[in-house]
Amino acid sequence: MNEPVIECGNLSVELGGTRVIDGLTLTVYEQDFLGIVGPNGGGKTTLLRVFLGLEKSYGGTVHVFGSPPGSYPERMGYVPQRLFFDREFPVSVRELVLMGRLSHKKLFRNYDRADREKADEALRLTGLERLSSRRIGTLSGGELQRALIARALAGEPRLLLLDEPTANVDPGMKITIYDLLDYLRKSMTIVMVSHDTGMISRHVTRIACLNCTLDMHEPGSSLGREALDSLYRYPVDVIAHLGQSGSQPEKSPHDADGNA
Amino acid sequence: MLTEMLEYEFIRNALIAALLSSVACGIIGTFVVVKKIGSISGGIAHTAFGGIGIAYFLGISPLAGVIPFSIASAIAIGLLNRRSKVAEDTAIGAFWALGMATGIIFIGLTPGYAPNLFSYLFGNILTVPSFDLWMILLFDIFIAVVVILFYKEFLAICFDEEYAEVSGLKTTQLYLLLLCLIAIAVVVMMRVVGIVMVIALLSIPAAIAKSFSRSLPVMMLLSIMFCAVFCVIGIWISFLLDIASGAAIIIVACIAFMLLQLVTAIIAAMKRSVI
Repeated sequence: MNEPVIECGNLSVELGGTRVIDGLTLTVYEQDFLGIVGPNGGGKTTLLRVFLGLEKSYGGTVHVFGSPPGSYPERMGYVPQRLFFDREFPVSVRELVLMGRLSHKKLFRNYDRADREKADEALRLTGLERLSSRRIGTLSGGELQRALIARALAGEPRLLLLDEPTANVDPGMKITIYDLLDYLRKSMTIVMVSHDTGMISRHVTRIACLNCTLDMHEPGSSLGREALDSLYRYPVDVIAHLGQSGSQPEKSPHDADGNA
Repeated sequence: MLTEMLEYEFIRNALIAALLSSVACGIIGTFVVVKKIGSISGGIAHTAFGGIGIAYFLGISPLAGVIPFSIASAIAIGLLNRRSKVAEDTAIGAFWALGMATGIIFIGLTPGYAPNLFSYLFGNILTVPSFDLWMILLFDIFIAVVVILFYKEFLAICFDEEYAEVSGLKTTQLYLLLLCLIAIAVVVMMRVVGIVMVIALLSIPAAIAKSFSRSLPVMMLLSIMFCAVFCVIGIWISFLLDIASGAAIIIVACIAFMLLQLVTAIIAAMKRSVI
Protein backbone atom coordinates (compact mmCIF):
# COMPACT_ATOMS: atom_id res chain seq x y z
CA MET A 1 0.00 0.00 0.00
CA ASN A 2 1.21 3.52 -0.76
CA GLU A 3 1.95 5.94 2.03
CA PRO A 4 -0.99 8.09 3.21
CA VAL A 5 -0.66 11.73 2.16
CA ILE A 6 -3.83 13.15 3.69
CA GLU A 7 -5.53 11.63 6.71
CA CYS A 8 -8.78 13.09 8.05
CA GLY A 9 -10.52 11.69 11.08
CA ASN A 10 -14.04 12.82 11.92
CA LEU A 11 -13.40 16.26 10.41
CA SER A 12 -16.07 18.92 10.97
CA VAL A 13 -16.03 22.53 9.84
CA GLU A 14 -18.47 25.30 10.65
CA LEU A 15 -18.58 28.50 8.61
CA GLY A 16 -20.64 31.36 10.01
CA GLY A 17 -22.62 29.00 12.24
CA THR A 18 -23.43 26.53 9.44
CA ARG A 19 -21.86 23.11 9.48
CA VAL A 20 -20.44 22.65 5.97
CA ILE A 21 -18.46 19.47 6.68
CA ASP A 22 -19.70 16.93 9.17
CA GLY A 23 -17.81 13.92 10.48
CA LEU A 24 -15.63 13.37 7.43
CA THR A 25 -13.14 10.52 7.53
CA LEU A 26 -10.88 10.13 4.53
CA THR A 27 -7.42 8.92 3.63
CA VAL A 28 -5.69 9.92 0.42
CA TYR A 29 -2.69 7.80 -0.51
CA GLU A 30 0.35 8.61 -2.58
CA GLN A 31 -0.34 8.37 -6.33
CA ASP A 32 -4.08 8.69 -5.75
CA PHE A 33 -6.12 10.85 -8.07
CA LEU A 34 -9.13 11.68 -5.96
CA GLY A 35 -12.09 13.47 -7.49
CA ILE A 36 -14.45 15.29 -5.15
CA VAL A 37 -17.90 16.06 -6.52
CA GLY A 38 -20.95 17.49 -4.83
CA PRO A 39 -23.35 20.42 -4.94
CA ASN A 40 -22.40 24.07 -4.44
CA GLY A 41 -22.02 24.90 -0.78
CA GLY A 42 -21.35 21.22 -0.07
CA GLY A 43 -18.01 22.02 1.51
CA LYS A 44 -15.67 21.06 -1.36
CA THR A 45 -13.62 24.25 -1.43
CA THR A 46 -13.63 24.36 2.36
CA LEU A 47 -12.15 20.87 2.45
CA LEU A 48 -9.28 21.95 0.16
CA ARG A 49 -8.74 25.02 2.33
CA VAL A 50 -8.44 22.78 5.38
CA PHE A 51 -5.81 20.64 3.62
CA LEU A 52 -3.89 23.79 2.65
CA GLY A 53 -3.87 25.17 6.18
CA LEU A 54 -5.99 28.18 5.13
CA GLU A 55 -9.01 27.10 7.19
CA LYS A 56 -7.68 26.71 10.69
CA SER A 57 -10.79 26.22 12.79
CA TYR A 58 -12.04 22.69 12.45
CA GLY A 59 -12.96 19.76 14.65
CA GLY A 60 -11.45 16.30 14.39
CA THR A 61 -7.97 15.48 13.12
CA VAL A 62 -6.25 16.35 9.86
CA HIS A 63 -2.76 15.32 8.88
CA VAL A 64 -1.06 16.22 5.62
CA PHE A 65 2.25 14.42 5.11
CA GLY A 66 1.87 13.27 8.69
CA SER A 67 1.81 16.81 10.11
CA PRO A 68 -0.80 19.51 10.72
CA PRO A 69 -1.91 21.25 7.49
CA GLY A 70 0.37 24.07 6.38
CA SER A 71 3.53 22.38 7.67
CA TYR A 72 5.02 21.66 4.25
CA PRO A 73 4.15 24.51 1.88
CA GLU A 74 6.91 23.43 -0.54
CA ARG A 75 5.18 20.09 -1.11
CA MET A 76 1.79 21.60 -1.93
CA GLY A 77 0.49 22.84 -5.24
CA TYR A 78 -2.80 24.70 -5.33
CA VAL A 79 -4.91 25.73 -8.29
CA PRO A 80 -7.66 28.00 -6.96
CA GLN A 81 -10.84 28.87 -8.75
CA ARG A 82 -9.79 31.66 -11.06
CA LEU A 83 -10.65 35.35 -10.95
CA PHE A 84 -10.02 35.77 -7.27
CA PHE A 85 -7.31 38.19 -8.30
CA ASP A 86 -7.26 41.32 -10.41
CA ARG A 87 -6.88 40.38 -14.08
CA GLU A 88 -5.56 43.87 -14.81
CA PHE A 89 -2.64 43.32 -12.45
CA PRO A 90 0.56 44.34 -14.25
CA VAL A 91 2.26 40.97 -14.22
CA SER A 92 3.38 38.70 -17.06
CA VAL A 93 2.50 35.03 -17.39
CA ARG A 94 6.11 34.08 -16.62
CA GLU A 95 6.13 36.20 -13.45
CA LEU A 96 2.84 34.63 -12.36
CA VAL A 97 4.28 31.14 -12.83
CA LEU A 98 7.49 32.14 -11.08
CA MET A 99 5.42 32.91 -7.97
CA GLY A 100 4.92 29.15 -7.70
CA ARG A 101 8.58 28.97 -6.59
CA LEU A 102 7.84 31.16 -3.57
CA SER A 103 7.46 28.26 -1.15
CA HIS A 104 11.04 27.14 -1.94
CA LYS A 105 12.60 30.58 -1.44
CA LYS A 106 13.92 32.12 1.74
CA LEU A 107 13.34 35.74 2.66
CA PHE A 108 15.69 38.21 0.89
CA ARG A 109 16.57 35.61 -1.78
CA ASN A 110 15.40 36.52 -5.21
CA TYR A 111 14.29 34.07 -7.87
CA ASP A 112 17.39 32.68 -9.55
CA ARG A 113 18.25 30.83 -12.72
CA ALA A 114 17.08 27.45 -11.34
CA ASP A 115 13.71 28.97 -10.43
CA ARG A 116 13.37 30.45 -13.91
CA GLU A 117 14.13 27.07 -15.45
CA LYS A 118 11.48 25.38 -13.31
CA ALA A 119 8.99 28.06 -14.33
CA ASP A 120 9.87 27.63 -18.02
CA GLU A 121 9.42 23.88 -17.70
CA ALA A 122 5.96 24.38 -16.17
CA LEU A 123 5.12 26.77 -19.00
CA ARG A 124 6.21 24.15 -21.56
CA LEU A 125 4.19 21.44 -19.87
CA THR A 126 1.05 23.56 -19.97
CA GLY A 127 1.72 24.76 -23.51
CA LEU A 128 2.08 28.40 -22.58
CA GLU A 129 5.68 29.13 -23.70
CA ARG A 130 4.53 31.36 -26.52
CA LEU A 131 2.40 33.42 -24.17
CA SER A 132 4.98 33.70 -21.39
CA SER A 133 5.72 37.40 -21.83
CA ARG A 134 2.08 38.40 -22.25
CA ARG A 135 0.27 40.31 -19.52
CA ILE A 136 -2.16 38.01 -17.72
CA GLY A 137 -5.07 40.31 -18.58
CA THR A 138 -4.73 39.35 -22.26
CA LEU A 139 -5.21 35.60 -21.67
CA SER A 140 -8.42 33.72 -22.37
CA GLY A 141 -10.18 31.84 -19.57
CA GLY A 142 -8.63 28.50 -20.52
CA GLU A 143 -5.14 29.98 -20.91
CA LEU A 144 -5.38 31.64 -17.54
CA GLN A 145 -6.51 28.37 -15.99
CA ARG A 146 -3.46 26.62 -17.46
CA ALA A 147 -1.25 29.43 -16.19
CA LEU A 148 -2.57 28.79 -12.67
CA ILE A 149 -1.80 25.09 -13.09
CA ALA A 150 1.69 26.05 -14.31
CA ARG A 151 2.19 28.19 -11.20
CA ALA A 152 1.34 25.21 -9.00
CA LEU A 153 3.64 22.91 -11.02
CA ALA A 154 6.58 25.32 -10.87
CA GLY A 155 6.74 24.55 -7.15
CA GLU A 156 7.29 20.84 -7.92
CA PRO A 157 4.47 19.73 -5.62
CA ARG A 158 4.00 16.23 -4.29
CA LEU A 159 0.35 16.96 -3.62
CA LEU A 160 -1.66 18.94 -6.16
CA LEU A 161 -5.03 20.37 -5.11
CA LEU A 162 -7.29 21.73 -7.83
CA ASP A 163 -10.53 23.64 -7.29
CA GLU A 164 -12.83 23.44 -10.31
CA PRO A 165 -10.04 23.70 -12.87
CA THR A 166 -12.45 23.16 -15.75
CA ALA A 167 -15.16 25.65 -14.75
CA ASN A 168 -15.53 28.45 -17.32
CA VAL A 169 -13.29 26.62 -19.78
CA ASP A 170 -14.47 25.68 -23.28
CA PRO A 171 -14.87 21.95 -24.03
CA GLY A 172 -11.70 21.55 -26.14
CA MET A 173 -9.59 23.08 -23.41
CA LYS A 174 -11.22 20.84 -20.78
CA ILE A 175 -9.85 17.78 -22.57
CA THR A 176 -6.38 19.35 -22.67
CA ILE A 177 -6.52 19.98 -18.93
CA TYR A 178 -7.64 16.40 -18.24
CA ASP A 179 -4.85 15.05 -20.49
CA LEU A 180 -2.36 17.09 -18.52
CA LEU A 181 -3.71 15.71 -15.24
CA ASP A 182 -3.46 12.17 -16.60
CA TYR A 183 0.21 12.85 -17.25
CA LEU A 184 0.82 14.50 -13.88
CA ARG A 185 -0.80 11.75 -11.80
CA LYS A 186 2.23 9.57 -12.49
CA SER A 187 4.46 11.86 -10.46
CA MET A 188 2.17 13.34 -7.81
CA THR A 189 -0.92 12.85 -5.70
CA ILE A 190 -3.89 14.81 -7.01
CA VAL A 191 -7.11 15.92 -5.34
CA MET A 192 -9.54 17.67 -7.63
CA VAL A 193 -12.85 19.33 -6.88
CA SER A 194 -15.19 19.41 -9.84
CA HIS A 195 -18.76 19.74 -11.04
CA ASP A 196 -17.89 17.70 -14.06
CA THR A 197 -19.25 14.37 -12.77
CA GLY A 198 -19.27 12.66 -16.16
CA MET A 199 -15.77 13.67 -17.19
CA ILE A 200 -14.11 13.23 -13.82
CA SER A 201 -15.11 9.59 -13.43
CA ARG A 202 -13.00 8.59 -16.44
CA HIS A 203 -9.80 10.02 -15.09
CA VAL A 204 -9.69 9.67 -11.33
CA THR A 205 -8.81 6.62 -9.26
CA ARG A 206 -11.43 7.36 -6.62
CA ILE A 207 -14.45 9.62 -6.32
CA ALA A 208 -15.79 11.20 -3.17
CA CYS A 209 -19.20 12.81 -3.03
CA LEU A 210 -19.26 15.61 -0.55
CA ASN A 211 -22.43 17.20 0.67
CA CYS A 212 -21.59 17.98 4.25
CA THR A 213 -21.02 14.28 4.80
CA LEU A 214 -18.76 12.18 2.62
CA ASP A 215 -19.68 9.25 0.45
CA MET A 216 -16.63 7.38 -0.81
CA HIS A 217 -16.55 5.35 -3.99
CA GLU A 218 -13.73 2.91 -4.46
CA PRO A 219 -12.58 1.58 -7.82
CA GLY A 220 -15.06 -0.76 -9.49
CA SER A 221 -18.07 0.45 -7.56
CA SER A 222 -20.89 2.37 -9.15
CA LEU A 223 -22.46 5.45 -7.76
CA GLY A 224 -26.15 4.58 -7.59
CA ARG A 225 -28.85 6.89 -8.80
CA GLU A 226 -30.52 7.10 -5.40
CA ALA A 227 -27.26 8.04 -3.78
CA LEU A 228 -26.62 10.81 -6.30
CA ASP A 229 -30.19 12.07 -6.23
CA SER A 230 -30.16 12.33 -2.50
CA LEU A 231 -26.78 14.04 -2.70
CA TYR A 232 -27.75 16.67 -5.23
CA ARG A 233 -31.49 16.75 -4.61
CA TYR A 234 -32.05 16.92 -8.33
CA PRO A 235 -31.55 14.31 -11.05
CA VAL A 236 -27.98 13.82 -12.18
CA ASP A 237 -26.00 11.31 -14.17
CA VAL A 238 -25.19 7.98 -12.70
CA ILE A 239 -21.49 7.41 -12.70
CA ALA A 240 -20.07 4.00 -13.28
CA HIS A 241 -16.70 4.29 -11.71
CA LEU A 242 -14.32 2.02 -13.48
CA GLY A 243 -11.25 2.47 -11.39
CA GLN A 244 -7.78 2.84 -12.84
CA SER A 245 -8.90 2.96 -16.43
CA GLY A 246 -7.86 6.52 -17.12
CA SER A 247 -5.96 5.53 -20.24
CA GLN A 248 -8.80 3.62 -21.90
CA PRO A 249 -11.92 5.37 -20.76
CA GLU A 250 -15.07 3.34 -21.10
CA LYS A 251 -18.22 5.26 -21.53
CA SER A 252 -20.77 4.71 -18.86
CA PRO A 253 -24.17 3.68 -20.28
CA HIS A 254 -25.86 6.62 -18.66
CA ASP A 255 -23.35 9.18 -19.72
CA ALA A 256 -25.29 10.05 -22.84
CA ASP A 257 -28.21 11.26 -20.70
CA GLY A 258 -26.55 14.63 -20.74
CA ASN A 259 -25.10 16.38 -17.77
CA ALA A 260 -27.61 18.16 -15.61
CA MET B 1 9.42 82.60 -16.63
CA LEU B 2 10.96 79.31 -15.58
CA THR B 3 14.40 80.84 -15.06
CA GLU B 4 12.82 83.66 -13.10
CA MET B 5 11.13 81.05 -10.91
CA LEU B 6 14.36 79.17 -10.31
CA GLU B 7 16.11 82.28 -9.01
CA TYR B 8 14.24 81.90 -5.72
CA GLU B 9 15.73 79.46 -3.27
CA PHE B 10 12.32 78.48 -1.88
CA ILE B 11 11.19 77.50 -5.38
CA ARG B 12 14.33 75.42 -5.91
CA ASN B 13 13.75 73.72 -2.55
CA ALA B 14 10.12 73.14 -3.46
CA LEU B 15 11.05 71.49 -6.74
CA ILE B 16 13.68 69.29 -5.08
CA ALA B 17 11.16 68.30 -2.39
CA ALA B 18 8.58 67.48 -5.06
CA LEU B 19 10.99 65.31 -7.04
CA LEU B 20 12.28 63.52 -3.93
CA SER B 21 8.87 62.81 -2.49
CA SER B 22 7.67 61.56 -5.87
CA VAL B 23 10.01 58.60 -5.38
CA ALA B 24 8.23 57.47 -2.19
CA CYS B 25 4.87 58.35 -3.68
CA GLY B 26 5.38 56.34 -6.87
CA ILE B 27 6.74 53.22 -5.17
CA ILE B 28 4.15 53.10 -2.40
CA GLY B 29 1.32 54.39 -4.59
CA THR B 30 1.88 51.38 -6.85
CA PHE B 31 1.18 49.02 -3.95
CA VAL B 32 -1.79 51.10 -2.80
CA VAL B 33 -3.35 50.80 -6.25
CA VAL B 34 -2.64 47.13 -7.04
CA LYS B 35 -3.56 45.96 -3.53
CA LYS B 36 -6.63 48.25 -3.60
CA ILE B 37 -5.97 49.68 -0.16
CA GLY B 38 -6.71 53.32 -1.00
CA SER B 39 -9.23 53.80 1.79
CA ILE B 40 -6.96 52.23 4.40
CA SER B 41 -4.18 54.55 3.23
CA GLY B 42 -6.53 57.52 3.51
CA GLY B 43 -7.32 56.41 7.05
CA ILE B 44 -3.64 56.18 7.97
CA ALA B 45 -3.03 59.65 6.50
CA HIS B 46 -5.79 61.32 8.48
CA THR B 47 -4.90 59.52 11.68
CA ALA B 48 -1.45 61.08 11.36
CA PHE B 49 -3.02 64.40 12.37
CA GLY B 50 -3.25 63.07 15.91
CA GLY B 51 0.54 62.78 15.92
CA ILE B 52 0.89 66.40 14.87
CA GLY B 53 -1.40 67.51 17.69
CA ILE B 54 0.57 65.54 20.27
CA ALA B 55 3.85 66.92 18.95
CA TYR B 56 2.48 70.47 19.28
CA PHE B 57 1.37 69.81 22.82
CA LEU B 58 4.73 68.32 23.84
CA GLY B 59 6.60 71.04 22.01
CA ILE B 60 8.64 68.61 19.95
CA SER B 61 9.22 68.56 16.21
CA PRO B 62 6.03 67.58 14.37
CA LEU B 63 8.00 64.96 12.46
CA ALA B 64 9.01 63.28 15.74
CA GLY B 65 5.37 63.09 16.73
CA VAL B 66 3.84 62.13 13.46
CA ILE B 67 6.09 59.19 12.54
CA PRO B 68 5.52 56.99 15.61
CA PHE B 69 1.86 57.96 15.74
CA SER B 70 1.11 57.13 12.11
CA ILE B 71 3.08 53.87 12.21
CA ALA B 72 1.21 52.84 15.37
CA SER B 73 -2.11 53.72 13.76
CA ALA B 74 -1.19 51.82 10.58
CA ILE B 75 -0.53 48.70 12.64
CA ALA B 76 -3.71 49.22 14.68
CA ILE B 77 -5.92 49.68 11.60
CA GLY B 78 -4.27 46.68 9.93
CA LEU B 79 -4.73 44.41 12.95
CA LEU B 80 -8.31 45.52 13.55
CA ASN B 81 -8.98 44.80 9.90
CA ARG B 82 -7.42 41.33 10.00
CA ARG B 83 -8.05 40.01 13.46
CA SER B 84 -11.57 41.15 14.26
CA LYS B 85 -14.97 40.86 12.70
CA VAL B 86 -15.28 44.64 12.38
CA ALA B 87 -16.01 45.62 8.78
CA GLU B 88 -13.02 47.23 7.11
CA ASP B 89 -14.70 50.56 6.36
CA THR B 90 -15.98 50.82 9.94
CA ALA B 91 -12.48 50.32 11.34
CA ILE B 92 -11.04 52.87 8.92
CA GLY B 93 -13.80 55.39 9.62
CA ALA B 94 -13.33 55.09 13.38
CA PHE B 95 -9.55 55.53 13.23
CA TRP B 96 -9.79 58.33 10.69
CA ALA B 97 -11.97 60.40 13.04
CA LEU B 98 -10.10 59.31 16.18
CA GLY B 99 -6.84 60.63 14.75
CA MET B 100 -8.34 63.95 13.74
CA ALA B 101 -10.11 64.30 17.11
CA THR B 102 -6.90 63.55 19.03
CA GLY B 103 -5.08 66.16 16.97
CA ILE B 104 -7.70 68.84 17.55
CA ILE B 105 -7.88 68.18 21.31
CA PHE B 106 -4.13 68.37 21.84
CA ILE B 107 -3.83 71.49 19.71
CA GLY B 108 -6.65 73.00 21.75
CA LEU B 109 -4.82 72.14 24.97
CA THR B 110 -1.65 73.84 23.74
CA PRO B 111 -1.49 77.48 24.80
CA GLY B 112 -1.15 80.03 22.02
CA TYR B 113 -1.92 79.93 18.35
CA ALA B 114 -0.84 77.06 16.08
CA PRO B 115 0.46 79.00 13.11
CA ASN B 116 1.49 76.50 10.42
CA LEU B 117 -1.08 73.84 11.15
CA PHE B 118 -2.66 74.56 7.84
CA SER B 119 0.48 73.48 6.01
CA TYR B 120 0.29 69.97 7.52
CA LEU B 121 -3.34 69.57 6.56
CA PHE B 122 -3.13 70.95 3.04
CA GLY B 123 0.59 71.05 2.34
CA ASN B 124 2.83 73.97 1.65
CA ILE B 125 5.77 72.91 -0.36
CA LEU B 126 6.95 76.49 -0.79
CA THR B 127 8.05 76.63 2.85
CA VAL B 128 10.08 73.41 2.93
CA PRO B 129 13.28 73.99 4.92
CA SER B 130 16.53 72.40 3.68
CA PHE B 131 16.56 70.03 6.67
CA ASP B 132 13.30 68.47 5.50
CA LEU B 133 14.86 67.73 2.11
CA TRP B 134 17.38 65.48 3.83
CA MET B 135 14.64 63.82 5.82
CA ILE B 136 12.66 63.11 2.64
CA LEU B 137 15.77 61.68 0.98
CA LEU B 138 16.38 59.43 3.99
CA PHE B 139 12.80 58.13 3.93
CA ASP B 140 13.05 57.54 0.17
CA ILE B 141 16.13 55.40 0.66
CA PHE B 142 14.48 53.51 3.52
CA ILE B 143 11.35 52.77 1.49
CA ALA B 144 13.34 51.74 -1.58
CA VAL B 145 15.58 49.39 0.43
CA VAL B 146 12.66 47.69 2.21
CA VAL B 147 10.76 47.28 -1.07
CA ILE B 148 13.80 45.78 -2.80
CA LEU B 149 14.37 43.37 0.10
CA PHE B 150 10.74 42.24 0.26
CA TYR B 151 9.90 42.63 -3.42
CA LYS B 152 8.87 39.05 -4.18
CA GLU B 153 6.86 38.80 -0.96
CA PHE B 154 5.06 42.11 -1.56
CA LEU B 155 4.31 41.10 -5.15
CA ALA B 156 2.89 37.79 -3.91
CA ILE B 157 0.62 39.28 -1.23
CA CYS B 158 -0.62 42.01 -3.58
CA PHE B 159 -1.36 39.63 -6.42
CA ASP B 160 -2.88 36.67 -4.61
CA GLU B 161 -2.71 36.76 -0.84
CA GLU B 162 -4.25 33.32 -0.44
CA TYR B 163 -1.59 31.70 -2.60
CA ALA B 164 1.08 33.62 -0.70
CA GLU B 165 -0.24 32.10 2.52
CA VAL B 166 -0.32 28.62 0.98
CA SER B 167 3.33 29.20 0.02
CA GLY B 168 4.16 29.65 3.67
CA LEU B 169 4.47 33.45 3.80
CA LYS B 170 3.57 35.32 6.96
CA THR B 171 1.01 37.38 5.10
CA THR B 172 -0.34 39.41 8.02
CA GLN B 173 3.12 40.58 9.08
CA LEU B 174 3.98 41.49 5.48
CA TYR B 175 0.70 43.37 5.13
CA LEU B 176 1.44 45.32 8.32
CA LEU B 177 4.94 46.12 7.04
CA LEU B 178 3.40 47.45 3.84
CA LEU B 179 0.98 49.62 5.87
CA CYS B 180 3.95 51.00 7.84
CA LEU B 181 5.66 51.95 4.58
CA ILE B 182 2.43 53.70 3.56
CA ALA B 183 2.51 55.61 6.86
CA ILE B 184 6.09 56.73 6.10
CA ALA B 185 5.12 57.75 2.56
CA VAL B 186 2.28 59.79 4.03
CA VAL B 187 4.75 61.64 6.27
CA VAL B 188 6.98 62.30 3.24
CA MET B 189 4.04 63.67 1.24
CA MET B 190 2.69 65.71 4.14
CA ARG B 191 4.83 68.71 3.19
CA VAL B 192 3.85 68.51 -0.45
CA VAL B 193 0.07 68.13 -0.46
CA GLY B 194 -0.86 67.72 3.21
CA ILE B 195 -2.48 64.78 4.92
CA VAL B 196 -5.98 65.60 3.71
CA MET B 197 -5.06 65.34 0.04
CA VAL B 198 -2.22 62.83 0.14
CA ILE B 199 -4.42 59.94 -0.89
CA ALA B 200 -5.02 61.53 -4.30
CA LEU B 201 -1.29 61.68 -4.99
CA LEU B 202 -0.77 58.12 -3.73
CA SER B 203 -3.41 56.74 -6.06
CA ILE B 204 -3.72 58.89 -9.20
CA PRO B 205 -0.17 58.61 -10.63
CA ALA B 206 -0.11 54.85 -9.99
CA ALA B 207 -3.61 54.36 -11.39
CA ILE B 208 -2.55 56.12 -14.60
CA ALA B 209 0.72 54.15 -14.72
CA LYS B 210 -1.08 50.83 -14.27
CA SER B 211 -2.64 50.85 -17.72
CA PHE B 212 0.76 51.43 -19.36
CA SER B 213 2.80 48.91 -17.34
CA ARG B 214 3.53 45.27 -17.86
CA SER B 215 5.29 44.78 -14.55
CA LEU B 216 5.34 46.28 -11.07
CA PRO B 217 8.81 47.92 -11.37
CA VAL B 218 7.76 49.61 -14.63
CA MET B 219 4.58 50.79 -12.92
CA MET B 220 6.65 52.23 -10.06
CA LEU B 221 8.96 54.14 -12.40
CA LEU B 222 6.04 55.54 -14.39
CA SER B 223 4.21 56.48 -11.17
CA ILE B 224 7.28 58.36 -9.93
CA MET B 225 7.46 60.16 -13.25
CA PHE B 226 3.76 61.11 -13.34
CA CYS B 227 3.87 62.22 -9.71
CA ALA B 228 6.92 64.41 -10.37
CA VAL B 229 5.33 65.96 -13.46
CA PHE B 230 2.09 66.76 -11.59
CA CYS B 231 4.04 68.32 -8.72
CA VAL B 232 6.22 70.48 -10.97
CA ILE B 233 3.26 71.71 -13.02
CA GLY B 234 1.29 72.31 -9.82
CA ILE B 235 4.08 74.34 -8.25
CA TRP B 236 4.49 76.34 -11.41
CA ILE B 237 0.76 77.15 -11.53
CA SER B 238 0.68 78.03 -7.86
CA PHE B 239 3.60 80.43 -8.40
CA LEU B 240 1.96 81.91 -11.47
CA LEU B 241 -1.52 82.41 -10.01
CA ASP B 242 -0.44 82.77 -6.38
CA ILE B 243 -2.64 79.93 -5.15
CA ALA B 244 -2.02 77.12 -2.63
CA SER B 245 0.60 74.73 -4.00
CA GLY B 246 -0.82 71.50 -2.55
CA ALA B 247 -4.26 72.19 -3.97
CA ALA B 248 -2.78 73.15 -7.34
CA ILE B 249 -0.86 69.85 -7.52
CA ILE B 250 -3.95 67.82 -6.69
CA ILE B 251 -6.08 69.66 -9.25
CA VAL B 252 -3.43 69.06 -11.94
CA ALA B 253 -3.35 65.33 -11.07
CA CYS B 254 -7.14 65.02 -11.06
CA ILE B 255 -7.53 66.85 -14.38
CA ALA B 256 -4.87 64.58 -15.96
CA PHE B 257 -6.66 61.52 -14.59
CA MET B 258 -10.04 62.59 -15.90
CA LEU B 259 -8.62 63.56 -19.30
CA LEU B 260 -7.02 60.11 -19.59
CA GLN B 261 -10.32 58.42 -18.75
CA LEU B 262 -12.06 60.59 -21.34
CA VAL B 263 -9.47 59.79 -24.03
CA THR B 264 -9.64 56.05 -23.22
CA ALA B 265 -13.43 56.12 -23.47
CA ILE B 266 -13.30 57.98 -26.81
CA ILE B 267 -10.72 55.52 -28.22
CA ALA B 268 -12.85 52.56 -27.09
CA ALA B 269 -15.95 54.11 -28.67
CA MET B 270 -14.07 54.74 -31.94
CA LYS B 271 -12.82 51.14 -32.01
CA ARG B 272 -16.37 49.90 -31.53
CA SER B 273 -17.73 52.06 -34.33
CA VAL B 274 -14.97 50.84 -36.71
CA ILE B 275 -15.95 47.23 -36.03
